[in-house]
Amino acid sequence: MTTRQISVFLENKSGSLVKVFKALKQAHIQLVTSTLADTADYGVCRILCDRPEDAYQVLTAEGFSVTMTDVFAVVLDDKPGRAADAIELFASNNISISYLYSFLFEGKGVLIFRTNDIPRASELIRENGYSSITNFSSNQE
Amino acid sequence: MPSYSPYFNPEFETLDRLSIEALQLQRLQDTVGRCYHGSAFYRQRLDSVGVTPDKIQSLDDLRRIPFTTKQDLRDTYPFGIASVPLDRCVRLHSSSGTTGNPTVVLHTQNDLNEWANALARCLWMVGCRPEDVFQNTSGYGMFTGGLGFQYAAERLGMMTVPAGAGNTLRQLKFFTDFGTTVVHAIPSYAARLYEVMCQQGIDPRKDTRLRIMAIGAEPHSEDTRARIEDMLGVKAYNSFGMSEMCGPGVAFECQEQNGMHIWEDYYIVEIVDPDTLEPVPDGEVGELVLTTLKREAMPLLRYRTRDLTRVLPGTCPCGRVHKRLDRMKGRSDDMIILKGVNIFPIQIETILMQYKELASDYLITLETLDDNDGMTVDVELSELTNVDDYAALQALSKDIARSLRDEILITPKIRLLPKGALPKSEGKAVRVKDLRKKY
Repeated sequence: MTTRQISVFLENKSGSLVKVFKALKQAHIQLVTSTLADTADYGVCRILCDRPEDAYQVLTAEGFSVTMTDVFAVVLDDKPGRAADAIELFASNNISISYLYSFLFEGKGVLIFRTNDIPRASELIRENGYSSITNFSSNQE
Repeated sequence: MPSYSPYFNPEFETLDRLSIEALQLQRLQDTVGRCYHGSAFYRQRLDSVGVTPDKIQSLDDLRRIPFTTKQDLRDTYPFGIASVPLDRCVRLHSSSGTTGNPTVVLHTQNDLNEWANALARCLWMVGCRPEDVFQNTSGYGMFTGGLGFQYAAERLGMMTVPAGAGNTLRQLKFFTDFGTTVVHAIPSYAARLYEVMCQQGIDPRKDTRLRIMAIGAEPHSEDTRARIEDMLGVKAYNSFGMSEMCGPGVAFECQEQNGMHIWEDYYIVEIVDPDTLEPVPDGEVGELVLTTLKREAMPLLRYRTRDLTRVLPGTCPCGRVHKRLDRMKGRSDDMIILKGVNIFPIQIETILMQYKELASDYLITLETLDDNDGMTVDVELSELTNVDDYAALQALSKDIARSLRDEILITPKIRLLPKGALPKSEGKAVRVKDLRKKY
C-alpha cells in the first residue's frame, strides 16, 4: 500500500543538489516529484521517482547519505477540500503524520505522507475507499 | 595611596644573574634530594641514569636528568609521583581529561603558601595594591585560576570578590556596587564583559573603577590585548601558568608589557627543540621545559610543558633580571586551549566514535564569533543514519553536543555532514583548524 521514497542528506553548499539530479539523469531515472527541506546547516531532499531501488543504488554508489522510506501516496480527486478530508480522517484516528506534501499526477491530487503506524493507516485508506499509488513507473500505471 | 616599594619580594625580585644561579643550584640540589629520597618514581628514574643528588654540582648537571612528561603523570596517577607522604598534603588539583588517566597535582601547605606568594608578586608587579578590590571571574574548584588567584590576592592584601565563572550581569553588578578595580578573566570573557556592559548601558570608564586586568589561560595576541584595554579602559597583563606548576603565577608580564617574567627562584627554564630535545640557541623558539625549585609535595624535574615559546633577549627596564618568556606560540602536541580549558582531540574522537550514526571522519574548528571563541565539530553521517527523520537528526546533534560538553566542559556546535563531505588528506588527517583571532 505504500511507495518508496528516497531521502538524500545534503550539505548546504552550492552544487550538492545538482549532483543528485545529475546522477539520476545519467541512470535515466524519471523524477516524479521532489522536495527540499533545509536547516541552517544541512538539507534533506526527498524524491519520488519511477525506480526508487535503482535510485537508491545509484546515489549510494555516488557517495550520498541516502535512506529509502515507505510513505503513503494517497490519490484524491482534484477538488477543493479533498486533502482536508483525508487529513482529518487520519487525525481523528490518531495517526500522526511526521511530514506531508502533495502534487498533481495525471490529473489527480496525490498526498504523500509519512507515519510510523503503517498498518493502521493502510486499514483506514482501504476502509474509506481511497486508493494509493505504490509504483510510479509509467509502464505499470 | 601610601607609597609602596615597586617589589613584593625585593630580596628575590632584584637578584642579579649570578645570585639567581647560585640560588637555583642550591635549590636544585635540595629538589633532586627530595625527589630521590621521597619519590619511588624519581628514585628509579634517577638511578636509571646514575644520578644521585650529590652528582648535581652545577646547573649544567641538570641536563643529566631525564625529562618528565604528562604521560609520566598519567602513568603514576593519582599519587605515584609525590615526594612526600600523603598526610603532609593539604590539597590536590586535577585536570579534566578522561582519556586515560587525568593528572593530579598535590600541594603541601608550604606549596600553597609559595604559590600564593609567587602570584601575589605578579599582581604587585603590575600595580595591584592593598587598596584595590579584586574580582575573580574564574571558576573555583579544580580549575587553578580560581583558588590560585584567590589566595594570591588575599596574600597581597586586596579585598577579594570571589565571583566565580559566568553570570555576567552579576559580575557587572559587583563591579559597580563593590568598586572592583582589578579583574582576572580569560581574554574571551573580557570581551564578553564588554559586550554585556554595552547592552546594559554601562560605560566602563565612567561607571566602574576598573584599572587592571590579568588575562591568561588562553593564547591571545597583542591585538586582543589592545582591544581589551581599549574596550574596558584598563591595563591588561598576560598571565601564564599551568596546573602542573601549581597554576597561574609561573610567569607574568610586568608594566613594560614586553614578555612575561618567569620567577627563576621558583623555576629553572630550559627551551629545547621538541624533536631532538637539545637546547635551542638563546632567543629561538622551542619547547618550554621547567624544573620546580621550591615544591615539596610534587617537585617536577625537567617537565616538558609542550608549550612553544622563546626567552626574550636583552634586559627589562623594570629592573627584574628574571627571564622573560614571549607569548606562547603554540604547542608541540595537539592540545587545544579553549576558554582556559585544555582539550585533546582524542577526547572528542573517543566520544564521536561511540555513535554508530557517525562515520569516522571529523573536523574540529576553533573560531572567534562576536569576540567569543567557540568550537564547531563537523561530523559525517554513517550509512546507518536514517536521514529521512528530521527530529532524529536534530536529536543526534544535540546528544553529541551534550556528550562532548560532559567530556570537555565546553558545548561545541555540531555540524552534521553527508559522508565523504570532509576533505580527505593524504597522510595525516587534519583534525583541528584554528581560525581564532590571535598571534
